[in-house]
Amino acid sequence: MFAILKRELSAYFASPIGYIYLAVFYVFSGYFFFGVLYSNTTSLSNVFNGMFTIIMLLIPILTMRLLSEDRKNKTDQALLTAPINLISLVMGKFLSALIVYALGVAITLVYAIIIATFARPDWMVICGNIVGMLLLGAALIAIGMFISALTENQVIAAVGGFAAGFSLILVDSLSTLVTIDWLSSFISGLSFMVRYDEFTSGILDISNVLFFVSVCAVFIFFTVRVFEKRRWS
Amino acid sequence: MIEVKNLVKLYGDKRAVDDVTFTVQKGEILGFLGQNGAGKSTTMNIITGYLSSTSGTVTIDGHEILEDPIEAKKKIGYLPEHPPLYLDMTVKEYLGFMYELKKVKLPRKQHIEEICQVVRITDVYNRVIKNLSKGYRQRVGLAQALLGNPDVLILDEPTVGLDPKQMIEIRNLIKSLGQRHTIILSSHILSEVQMTCDRVIVINKGKLVADDTPDNLSHSMSTDHKLLIRVAGPKDEVSKLLAKIPGMQEVSFVGERENGQAFDFSLEADKGLDIRREVFKRLAERDWTLLGMRSTELSLEDIFLQLTADDSGNGGNA
Repeated sequence: MFAILKRELSAYFASPIGYIYLAVFYVFSGYFFFGVLYSNTTSLSNVFNGMFTIIMLLIPILTMRLLSEDRKNKTDQALLTAPINLISLVMGKFLSALIVYALGVAITLVYAIIIATFARPDWMVICGNIVGMLLLGAALIAIGMFISALTENQVIAAVGGFAAGFSLILVDSLSTLVTIDWLSSFISGLSFMVRYDEFTSGILDISNVLFFVSVCAVFIFFTVRVFEKRRWS
Repeated sequence: MIEVKNLVKLYGDKRAVDDVTFTVQKGEILGFLGQNGAGKSTTMNIITGYLSSTSGTVTIDGHEILEDPIEAKKKIGYLPEHPPLYLDMTVKEYLGFMYELKKVKLPRKQHIEEICQVVRITDVYNRVIKNLSKGYRQRVGLAQALLGNPDVLILDEPTVGLDPKQMIEIRNLIKSLGQRHTIILSSHILSEVQMTCDRVIVINKGKLVADDTPDNLSHSMSTDHKLLIRVAGPKDEVSKLLAKIPGMQEVSFVGERENGQAFDFSLEADKGLDIRREVFKRLAERDWTLLGMRSTELSLEDIFLQLTADDSGNGGNA
């Protein structure tokens, strides 16, 4: 697993992808942080709130080549004939994307420190925000990785990732349109936005943590199954 | 060492591998012959655990590839048809990565250096794989397969795309590796298999059609009775003379050579009949000069035609 993790991390920064991701993340979070400074508040929630959509659009860039490239270049033959478990192969890939993502999220610590020089911020809320952002990213990375496992074309993987992101954003407006009660509450239960918003407003609800962790687990499991299925068909 | 039993692989309705059974002894170099699409790569992919068989088993040194994949895979070094290289890495980074991926326990630096010397890639060690030529890439792929000194080497068309000099180098390398490893080598070049392998398996349309030593295989399909000759002499009369040789079945004119001074003929006699002496004697008697004579090359196509012509196959399961 560590061999794959190491290789993938170096691959992110051997190509422009890692740098582009970080640049875009820093630019937009910086823009939202400027808003925070401008409005004379110590609450960073604005940054975390605003980044939701940006993250939805950025994650597919991190995940698009994760597994599709291996399939296209046939390097999956080396990975799948090596004496390792499928799960450690998938986890290695997943964690590499998560670490690059976390490098982006780390910028918010800098913002917190800048704020702290003016006034004492609510550190617990900031921690909760960061945890929420990491969990949101992890869940989206798992989904993006799953989509990347389905194709050998990076563009399709990226577009699939964007589509998944947009659907997750649209879920909220959909739930208000549905008039059947149980269906409406089911759909809003799927909403990433509602759960993430609770993090940004400083509520650490364990069910929200479990929700994102479960999404990760389910899609990592699906990804492993995609590999298994390909061997058998 | 390697036991393949009743292997079947279905792609939809198509039987890519159809009931293939063979064993490879320790230290043996097995040649795997077949046309493109005959099922060679599929079989190799199943043996290495990349694909799963529809039915049948593969056992590597007592470890079943599906039930005990980790142990079985530890024993295999695999060079697929398309070397699995990360083009954005240098040779050094790539071999280091594969070393870690395979969880090799040997002393890292020394082991990788040794392999690089064996396959002669020391001079490109620090270059990015993307910029390497096909021959070097193939060798990096081979180096990757050798990492960890696996007991079994599975090489899928290791000389494809190489220039003749590199081909000879790689063949010699494989031969020398055969002293310490058990090797399965696929190819569609008969001479290559003849030179390097102890035993040959021929596969056609997913079915095993022959399993024998290369000498036996080419002997049983000997083409002594087919000759190509070049004669300096009157075309029609030579042709008539040759046709009179007992056992001669067909004399066909191939073409005019050497500015009309000589003619090529292709001769076919009864099977098993050696007509070379007779041809020489008769031409000498008439004072026509024999400028050249050779047996028609035994090509893989010929073998295939012969193997598939009689239904059950020539060798069957030896």
